[in-house]
Amino acid sequence: MDSDNDNDFMDNVDSGNVSSGDDGDDDFAMEVDMPSTTERTQETDDYQYKVLTTDEIVQHQREIIDEVNRVLKLYTPKTRILLNHFKWDKEKLLEKYFDGSDDNTEEFFKSAHVINPFNKPTEAVQLKTTRSQCEECEICFSVLPPDAMTGLECGHRFCLNCWREYLTTKIVTECLGQTISCAAHGCDILVDDVTVTKLVQDLRVKVKYQQLITNSFVECNQLLRWCPSVDCTYAVKVPYAESRRVHCKCGHVFCFACGENWHDPVQCRWLKKWIKKCDDDSETSNWIAANTKECPRCSVTIEKDGGCNHMVCKNQNCKHDFCWVCLGSWEPHGSSWYNCNRYDEDEAKAARDAQEKLRSSLARYLHYYNRYMNHMQSMKFENKLYASVKQKMEEMQQHNMSWIEVQFLKKAVDILCQCRQTLMYTYVFAYYLKKNNQSMIFEDNQKDLESATEKLSEYLERDITSENLADIKQKVQDKYRYCEKRCTVLLNHVHEGYEKDWWDYTE
Amino acid sequence: MSSMSPSERRLQKELMSLIKEPPQGVTVDTESVHQNLSEWKINIKGSEGTLYEGEDFQLLFKFNNKYPFESPEVTFIGTNIPVHPHVYSNGHICLSILTEDWSPALSVQAVCLSIASMLSSCREKKRPPDNTLYVKTCNKNPKKTKWWYHDDSV
Repeated sequence: MDSDNDNDFMDNVDSGNVSSGDDGDDDFAMEVDMPSTTERTQETDDYQYKVLTTDEIVQHQREIIDEVNRVLKLYTPKTRILLNHFKWDKEKLLEKYFDGSDDNTEEFFKSAHVINPFNKPTEAVQLKTTRSQCEECEICFSVLPPDAMTGLECGHRFCLNCWREYLTTKIVTECLGQTISCAAHGCDILVDDVTVTKLVQDLRVKVKYQQLITNSFVECNQLLRWCPSVDCTYAVKVPYAESRRVHCKCGHVFCFACGENWHDPVQCRWLKKWIKKCDDDSETSNWIAANTKECPRCSVTIEKDGGCNHMVCKNQNCKHDFCWVCLGSWEPHGSSWYNCNRYDEDEAKAARDAQEKLRSSLARYLHYYNRYMNHMQSMKFENKLYASVKQKMEEMQQHNMSWIEVQFLKKAVDILCQCRQTLMYTYVFAYYLKKNNQSMIFEDNQKDLESATEKLSEYLERDITSENLADIKQKVQDKYRYCEKRCTVLLNHVHEGYEKDWWDYTE
Repeated sequence: MSSMSPSERRLQKELMSLIKEPPQGVTVDTESVHQNLSEWKINIKGSEGTLYEGEDFQLLFKFNNKYPFESPEVTFIGTNIPVHPHVYSNGHICLSILTEDWSPALSVQAVCLSIASMLSSCREKKRPPDNTLYVKTCNKNPKKTKWWYHDDSV
């Protein structure tokens, strides 16, 4: 551990030298032997996640049901309802199931809205199911022979047509799948999937039902998450739920725990807070609080955009004369208005202090927000860069370089994007971070990565001619290796801080 | 009879039984129904011994062709809207069986009885706390409101 620290420290020293002027050639000499990102690849390697297609999801669902049913030996659709009730956590289901007495069994099925299969059907139910005369359907009031009527084990029977209509409405209009209950008022027994598919005949409704139950399987299963990318139908299955970088087959990279873009080094909870802060209007109201005052008499909001401190409220019903500086009445200011500090009542002072505080916290937020947005914007441009780089690679191949020799350019853009993304989230991390020795090291790492990233970006935008080609290749390669390494150092430092509890937060 | 849709057939049957054996204090305005089977006006009398004794109210039921698989739209109409913690001054009623807890096995009669019992169990005549805002901002159709059923005791 100590030696790791030393390394980090050394890295910091090195980078300090570099960022203060060298053009990158020197760091190449230093870094050439360094194994790149080994640590991080190892870290991701032991997290074996899988990307599943819709069919594989359905298959996976069946496997879980079968596995549980080897123990429970119930009617399969019932097991499915039970599993859904336990959010597809089979261990929890089995634990509850084998937990104690008959009372518990009763309660177990009841809470999952399933009739206890070990109960003998009550007489009323038996009577209803064995009855041979015609029955009246309580929904359409038609009197029908018993074979036109059906119901669940709860004994509420309706005609086949009404069931079909009922289920169709629930599926199509209310988008219910796994949680459709019996049509009788106040009965919460759930309709199982086999019954639904048997009763519903319209293929479109069946397909929709299948989608709904698959969706609820993924959404309530803690080890699965839909890829959040637009129109992507894959889901990711993980061995245990945690904030991890997952890479969908569609190319999207996201955090398994929260579904946002992969946001190392900041943690999900802070990112969530940050996104909320950026989205909602709170910053608008902060601006208002920091840059306007209220008329001390009528409370109308005033922004002072120039002029002297003698204010006359424009509200025609108010027209109050007051001093902008101390918010006191203008009258005693008289001829010597500039000395209004004399009239410094405690209240006015407190108001000014509060405003001062708001102003500085707004400035602080904007500092981080601007940098965060800046990297986000640049990342969008970088995506365009891929296109221009492709063109450049073709040019270079005409300048007598082989295909393999020009691949470094694509690699450079990959790393550039990766660094931008990391940098972007470092500002969210930093916004909530309290200052201490470690946070200062973090900021140094951040500064160094940032300046290296900007350099790399700049190199990639230069024109390539046959004269400077070799030189540029050398520079780009040196720089991206350096960036990659700095990025790893920064992330490892933050991770180490998480492990060792270095980070204090402002909220 | 055969030209009727299942929804109309059911409404017809409900109407007949409601006219033949109406629950106490509930009368169907048959004239309104004969004009249009999908909009019923139903009069409800405040029960004796309750805060609404002596008052008359009118409910409007609107049925779409998915009835009874979709719930009817039910509102108080007319000049006298009951002052009740679950009834907004525009006539909208906050009652779970009219939305989430609707079941096709329920009926107009069951809804009327539910509303009558909701009125009878009221202990203080007052509007819902968010009445002003709700009435100003709500959709004309109460089924479009995402009701929050705070309390089943009243």
